Amino acid sequence: MTLLITVTAAIICTIIWYKKAPKDEMKVGILCIMYWGASIMWLVDAIFEYAELKAEFFTPAVEDMVNDSYLGFSVVALGLIVWLIILLIKDPKGKVKAALLKKQ
Amino acid sequence: MACFLVPTAEAVIVTVAAQIIKSNEKKAPTLNDSVAGAIADAVDETKVTLSRKLMWLARMLWGGALLLAFEHVWHGEVVPWFPFLTAASDPTDAAVMLHEMSTIGVSMAVLVTAVWICMVLAANAITKRAPKHASAAV
Repeated sequence: MTLLITVTAAIICTIIWYKKAPKDEMKVGILCIMYWGASIMWLVDAIFEYAELKAEFFTPAVEDMVNDSYLGFSVVALGLIVWLIILLIKDPKGKVKAALLKKQ
Repeated sequence: MACFLVPTAEAVIVTVAAQIIKSNEKKAPTLNDSVAGAIADAVDETKVTLSRKLMWLARMLWGGALLLAFEHVWHGEVVPWFPFLTAASDPTDAAVMLHEMSTIGVSMAVLVTAVWICMVLAANAITKRAPKHASAAV
């Protein structure tokens, strides 16, 4: 489930990035590449797990699936937090700087 | 158990390499002649620099390793106190951890690098391809 959720997030981000390309003012490219990197790593993890469990791999216990889904959504949220921090620090539109320099 | 450490180590090396190459690219001599400079600019526009390509790999490795590290924290395999990896405190678990790093960890780093090589080859092919409006005119 973690792999599925991360791959879905990566696909959605890639579509958003492609729609806006070549402009990447929101730095969605970073988010894309981060989710794809994690997806590839979890794919390797899944392959090794499949080699160990065989068919049992596809019939996980409900409790494990719920926990994995919870983890998957948490991973996506963490990715979004990292992306948001990068976006605010890099401030490609200069909005943070403008807001900070705005006179009261 | 600690498979994310292998991609992390690769990420550090790739990031350092990308920064060195980027500084060398900036130092590269520029053509003073205006015509030659314009030609060089036109060539540069159709070329993705090596440092930029390396940053794709670095970001993929850093991002993946960070999210994977979070998964290890989730499962209690990484803790915020020494020795940080729960498996490191027991010799039997440490052996399992090292085996996991040498199999799963190395495979992760290899697959991410393989995907990046495919990305670079695709990027090279796309940038060399003639623009759509130009090919339609021919």
